[in-house]
Amino acid sequence: MTSSGYVLEYHLVNYRRTWRGSVLSSLVLPLLTVLGFGLGVGAYVNGGVDGVAYLDWIVPGLIASTAVQTALGEATWPVLSYFEWNKMYFAQASAPLRVTDILGGHLAFMAFRVLTAVAAFLLIAAAFGTLHSPWALAVPPLAVLAGLAVAAPVTAYSAFVTTDSYLAILFRFAVLPMSLFSGVFFPVESLPVALQWVAYALPLWHAVDLSRAATLGLDPGSGALFQVLYLLLWCVGGWLLASWRFRARLVV
Amino acid sequence: MTSLIHARGLVKRFDGFTAVAGIDVDVQAGEAFGFLGPNGAGKSSTMRMIGCVSPPTEGTLEILGLDPRRDGPAIRARLGVCPQTDNLDPELTVRENLTTYARFFGIPRRTARARADELLEFVQLTERADARVEPLSGGMKRRVTIARALVNEPDIVLLDEPTTGLDPQARHLVWERLFRLKKQGVTLVLTTHYMDEAEQLCDRLVVMDGGRIAAEGSPRDLIERYSTREVVELRFATEDQSAYADKLDGIAERVEVLPDRVLLYTDDGDAALAEAQGRALAPASALVRRSSLEDVFLHLTGRTLVD
Repeated sequence: MTSSGYVLEYHLVNYRRTWRGSVLSSLVLPLLTVLGFGLGVGAYVNGGVDGVAYLDWIVPGLIASTAVQTALGEATWPVLSYFEWNKMYFAQASAPLRVTDILGGHLAFMAFRVLTAVAAFLLIAAAFGTLHSPWALAVPPLAVLAGLAVAAPVTAYSAFVTTDSYLAILFRFAVLPMSLFSGVFFPVESLPVALQWVAYALPLWHAVDLSRAATLGLDPGSGALFQVLYLLLWCVGGWLLASWRFRARLVV
Repeated sequence: MTSLIHARGLVKRFDGFTAVAGIDVDVQAGEAFGFLGPNGAGKSSTMRMIGCVSPPTEGTLEILGLDPRRDGPAIRARLGVCPQTDNLDPELTVRENLTTYARFFGIPRRTARARADELLEFVQLTERADARVEPLSGGMKRRVTIARALVNEPDIVLLDEPTTGLDPQARHLVWERLFRLKKQGVTLVLTTHYMDEAEQLCDRLVVMDGGRIAAEGSPRDLIERYSTREVVELRFATEDQSAYADKLDGIAERVEVLPDRVLLYTDDGDAALAEAQGRALAPASALVRRSSLEDVFLHLTGRTLVD
């Protein structure tokens, strides 16, 4: 096993304390959002969106959004805490781990959390009969990619700030608008053009768009390749920023 | 004999601020070596360089014959680190803190578990093995941190202020355990500003001040070199102790006037006290004591508060 594997193992041992509650909420939250948005709001959306029933249309968006939200939860307070509060990263840095092991192990855990949350959502989605194509199997890896595309740069951000008021700012001014305007609840085409481009620039919309094509069995076209590459770009850029920040904090 | 830690002209600078200003240090196998000094003397910066989490700015540093700049992970695999502030995972149990940490060293799970049990026995925390760390007392957390530092059976244990903030019982327990480690041949490197701790534990120590080494030797050497055998502490019933300084002239090798008392540094405290009394000086209280490392420390680093 590699050193980042040992770091992942530490995070999993830590997760073992709370996994029951976490699994429960991974099932209950999708259920509530599917009922509330898919069926509740969906009842008022006559004719669905682009000829697709609103429930079927919104579920893949909610899945992508869940992936990103889970990643955000793991890449903010825990990262800040490991630097500022319980200082676990510093403990890890005194062991024979390299900075990339510490970061890589933690990101691997974030990917694991995204994967379990999305798997749970897919179960709920299947129970409501909203998965219309075997391509739905592509959703978990896609969700991990989208999760890391957000987790990596946000980890860098959390390693940059030293108080959690900056995390609240991130959620208020970046995450909330991204969640609202990335085509999760309504098509981005309904937005003013300027905001559409904001949606295209952020990772979530690409994850929503690709997930939607996957669960509905639509042909995503050749643009899908570029969307995947774009998400990868966020992962790589985020990784570089995060390892730069981690090194600046841990090796001084 | 080759030294486990070998530093020559070691310098650490942060954005124009020099924390360590060129020190030479050699620590031999099996030795208990101490870094003493006031806050800001450069002790912790030195420890972090030795711990291979802080690259030296200048100078030579070799640990276990390896170069920290290149072989950081290989060196850290053979170090045990007890940092100044405990960085345990408060949510995990005492045992999990040890076993997960052991895994970072690639120690197999079964071995990690067995070693954790042994070490918890060693620091007298067996009953707390399955308790979460968070509600434990400061002394217990410190012992968990020390146990964690030993989980890889290190060649060198680095202890940054191991007993700061502990109550006397906890301090004595920690000292006793560290003393046992030393008996087992483990090399200890510690920082402290408790002189009694240094006298108890260290075979050899350096006093650091302003990033430099002000003195080096065994506790006994240092006392002999920088202080006298005994110290007489006189308190006079007056506002201004310095009024008596002239009258005490010539009684001792060195007379130091403090706001609340006068210290006479001499090899024969009783004789000095008798002579003071012979000069019809009647102190409100008088105490003859042996010179301690604290006298050396204050002599070398001054009495001014450094923050």
